[in-house]
Amino acid sequence: MGNMKLNLKIWRQNGSNDKGSIKDYPVNDVSEDMSFLEMLDVLNDDLVRKGEDPIAFDHDCREGICGMCSLFINGRPHGPERHITTCQLHMRKFKDGDTIYVEPWRAEAFPVVKDLVVDRGAFDRIQAAGGFVSVNTMGNLVDANAMPVRKADADKAFDAAACIGCGACVAACPNGSAMLFVSAKVSQYALLPQGRPEARERALNMVQQMDAEKFGNCSNIGACEIECPKDISLENIARLNREYLGATLSRE
Amino acid sequence: MSTLDSKIPPGPIDKKWTDHKGHIRIVAPSNKRRIDIIVVGTGLAGGAAAASLAEMGYNVKAFCFQDSARRAHSIAAQGGINAAKNYQNDGDSTYRLFYDTVKGGDYRSREANVYRLAEVSANIIDQCVAQGVPFARDYGGLLDNRSFGGVQVSRTFYARGQTGQQLLLGAYSALMRQVGKGTVQMFDRHEMLDVVVVDGKARGIIARNLITGEIERHGAHAVLLCTGGYGNVFFLSTNAMGSNVTAAWKAHKRGAYFGNPCYTQIHPTCIPVSGTHQSKLTLMSESLRNDGRIWVPKNIEDAKAIREGKKKGSDIPEADRDYYLERRYPAFGNLVPRDVASRAAKERCDAGFGVNKTGEAVYLDFSAAIQRYGKQQANMQKVENASPEQIRELGTAVVSEKYGNLFDMYENIVGEDPYKHAMKIYPAVHYTMGGLWVDYNLQTTVPGLFCLGEANFSDHGANRLGASALMQGLADGYFVIPYTVGDYLADDIRTGPIDTMRPEFDAAEKEQKDRIHHFLNNKGTKPVDDFHRRLGKVMWDKCGMARNAQGLQEAIVEIRRIREEFWKYVRVPGTANEFNQELEKAGRVADFIELGELMCMDALNRNESCGGHFREESQELDGPQQGEAKRDDENYAYVAAWEWLGEAGKANLHKEHLEFNEVKLTQRSYK
Repeated sequence: MGNMKLNLKIWRQNGSNDKGSIKDYPVNDVSEDMSFLEMLDVLNDDLVRKGEDPIAFDHDCREGICGMCSLFINGRPHGPERHITTCQLHMRKFKDGDTIYVEPWRAEAFPVVKDLVVDRGAFDRIQAAGGFVSVNTMGNLVDANAMPVRKADADKAFDAAACIGCGACVAACPNGSAMLFVSAKVSQYALLPQGRPEARERALNMVQQMDAEKFGNCSNIGACEIECPKDISLENIARLNREYLGATLSRE
Repeated sequence: MSTLDSKIPPGPIDKKWTDHKGHIRIVAPSNKRRIDIIVVGTGLAGGAAAASLAEMGYNVKAFCFQDSARRAHSIAAQGGINAAKNYQNDGDSTYRLFYDTVKGGDYRSREANVYRLAEVSANIIDQCVAQGVPFARDYGGLLDNRSFGGVQVSRTFYARGQTGQQLLLGAYSALMRQVGKGTVQMFDRHEMLDVVVVDGKARGIIARNLITGEIERHGAHAVLLCTGGYGNVFFLSTNAMGSNVTAAWKAHKRGAYFGNPCYTQIHPTCIPVSGTHQSKLTLMSESLRNDGRIWVPKNIEDAKAIREGKKKGSDIPEADRDYYLERRYPAFGNLVPRDVASRAAKERCDAGFGVNKTGEAVYLDFSAAIQRYGKQQANMQKVENASPEQIRELGTAVVSEKYGNLFDMYENIVGEDPYKHAMKIYPAVHYTMGGLWVDYNLQTTVPGLFCLGEANFSDHGANRLGASALMQGLADGYFVIPYTVGDYLADDIRTGPIDTMRPEFDAAEKEQKDRIHHFLNNKGTKPVDDFHRRLGKVMWDKCGMARNAQGLQEAIVEIRRIREEFWKYVRVPGTANEFNQELEKAGRVADFIELGELMCMDALNRNESCGGHFREESQELDGPQQGEAKRDDENYAYVAAWEWLGEAGKANLHKEHLEFNEVKLTQRSYK
C-alpha cells in the first residue's frame, strides 16, 4: 500500500428528502497509483468492515467513456485535471496531507439520489425529445458511401459526438445550464447531411425539453467548456443558437 | 428437457438466411400492438433490438442497471467494427469475412450463424451512417478503414478510438426516439433478478428497482437477454465494474443451457496490474498493433536489469530485442489473433523476459512507427535534411493523430509518457465467447427466451476476432431478432396480456426476496469484494490463459470453499428498500461463484486446446508448430451446452455437433 494520508470531507445524504451534510473521513495508506475511485473503494471496504454505511457513488466503465462517474472534487467537476473524468483521476495528482472535498453534482435538474449519486434522467428526456435522426431500421438502405461527407464536417461532428453525457457542464455552470450538452447533440446532427432534414425541429424540441427540465439559462460564462472531460467546444453553443434562431424565424 | 436443435435452415449457405426470412411466420401490424416484449440490457444488441422492435409496432419494455441506457459497456469498445464492404478493393467479400471469423474462432462456431453475420455486416454500416454515426472519413469524404488482427484485408470501420461509443450512441438515439414516442418504456436503474417461466415459456421477469429497492414483476410474451459477457468472474478484467452474469445465470437456472462457458478471451494489450487496490484493467486498443511492435529483450540479463530499474527499454540496442511475434509468425506478425498474441506474451514472461516489476509485461513500441511516419511527413512537407528531432516530432504528430486518446489514457494511468518510453502491456480478460446456447433464431432452450450479443455463445467460436463484437451485437439487434422473434410470437397474437399475479410470479419473487433477506441478515464479517477477489484469483491462476486438468480440479474445490464461506461470512450493510450498492454486488458475486465452477468443469471436460482455451496437455510437441495449440476435432468439434441440475456444481452436458461444409478444418496457422 501507499503512504499518503488524506483528509476527505465527503457529502453524505440519505435519500433526496434528507438535508445532507459533509462528514470527515481521514484515510491513510493511499498509493499514488490508485485512481480516485479506487481510493474510495478502499475507504468503503473499511467502512463495511466497521459496520458503517459505505458511501454511494456512481461509476461503471472506469476508463472515462461511459459518463457514469460524477464527483465534484474540491469545487470542480471531475477534479483538478482537465479533459479527464473522475475515474481517470489518479492520486498522484494529490499531495500527502491534502484535504479533499467530495460532493455530488449540484443542479436543480439533478436531484440527489443518495450521497454522491444524482438523477440525470433529464438528459435522457432531452435526447428523447429530438436527439436522433428519424430513420427506422431497414434492410435495404443506400450504400454508406453514396453520400460523401466533407472530412472537416465529419471531424467536427465527431468532436461534438464525443460528449459522454456525464453532466459536468451542468455542475460547472453557476446557472445550472445544459446548453453545452444539448448543443453538442444538435451540432453533431446539424453538421451531417443525414441530420439536416430535421435540424430545426430538433433544436426547437430539445431546447423546449431542456427548459421544461429546469436547467438554467446560458450566460456565456464558459465554465462548462473548461470542465468538460471531452473538451466539447463552446462553438457548439453558438451553433445551437443559430439553429434555434433559424428555426424560430422560419417556423411553419 | 429439450434436445438441442440448432434449427439451421436447409439450402446452400449463402441462401439460408434469405430463404429463412422469406419463409418464417410474421406478425401482422395490428397484432404487434397486442404483444409485449422485454429487452434486458441496452448495449448494442439490446439498444438496437428494443428500438427496432418498437419501430415495428411491438410494445417494448427495456431494462438497464445503469442510470441511463447510454452507459452500457458496449460504449467502451475502442477499435472498430468489421464489415465486408470491400471499399478498399483488397479482395474482401462476405465469404472472406465468414471464413476469417470461422478460422479465427478456431473452428468452434456454427457456420450458418457466422455466414449470416458476415452477410448482414454491410447493412450495419449503412444503418449507422443513416443514423448520423460520425465514422472516420478520408479527404474525399468517404469512409475510412483500418486493419485488425487475424485478417489480411482492411475491413474495420472506426470512429477514432471511440467506435463503441459512437455506435452505442447511435442505437441509444434510436431507442430514445421510441421512448419519446411511447413505444418503449424505459426502466433504468433496474436489475433483472429472475426470468419467470409459465407453462414452459418465458413470460416475464422479476426486477429490482435499484433506487427504491422495490421488487417488481413484468410480464411479456417474449424476453430478450442482451446482457453482455461475464468477464468479471475474474474480478480483474477490462469490463465495466457493473458488468455481470446475473441475468444469463438466472436464465440458466430456469432451463436455458449455457454454451461453452470456458471460452474466455484474454486480450493481449492491456495496461498491466499495478497493485492490490486495483479495481479493473484498462485495454489499449488492438488497433495499436497496426503500428506498435511488441518485444522483450533477447538476453535474460537485460530483462532482469530492466525489472530492477537498472536499465530502460530504450537502452536495449535493436539487435538485442526479440520481436517475438514477428519472429514466430512472419505472415501476420504483430497482427496475429488475440489468443495467439496473449499466449506468446505469457510464454516470454513465464520464461523470465518480462519487463516490469512484477515480471508480467512486454513492450509495445512505437519508435519505429514514429520514425517511419516522420520520414514520410518530411518528404511530404518538403523538409530537406530533416534532423532526427524534426523527424521524431513529425512522426509523433502522426501517431498522436491516430491514437492520441489511447496514449493520453495510458499516461494518466501509468504516469509515463508513451511517446518517449515504449508502452508496457500484458494480457487481461476482455470478452467471453461462451454464453447462453441459442439456436439459429437466437432462441435459448427456454421457448420465448432469446439471447443476443456477447451474452449468447453463438458466433465467435473459441476466439473472437477484433472488431467483431460490435458487428455481432448490432447484427443480432438490428437485423436478426426483428425477423426471428416474429416466428415465435405468431402463436401469441391471441394470448392477451400476461397475468403477473400467477403463482409462478409469486414463487420467483419470493425466491429473490428471500435471498435479499439472507444477505442483509447474515451478520457476516467480510465485504463482498473479498470473495470476488478470491474467486478472481482462482479463475485467473487456474482457468485463465493456460489450463490443465490438475489445476482445474483444484479450482473446483477452491471455488466450492469460497461459495460456502461467502454465504456464511459475507456482510451486506444497509436495508433492502434503499439504494444499496453492496447488496447489488452481493447478488452478482453469488452468481459469479456458481458460474466460475461451471467454467472450470467445462474447461476440464474440453481436453483439447482451441482458441482462447489452452489446455497445456494439448499442444504441438515438435515440428514447425511446436508449442502451438492442438485441437482435437475428432472428439471435440462440438458446442458444450450445460444444463442446470438444481444445484451449483451439478450440470448435465449436451453436445451440439458442429458440421463444417464450407470451411475445411485445418490447423490454424498464422506463420
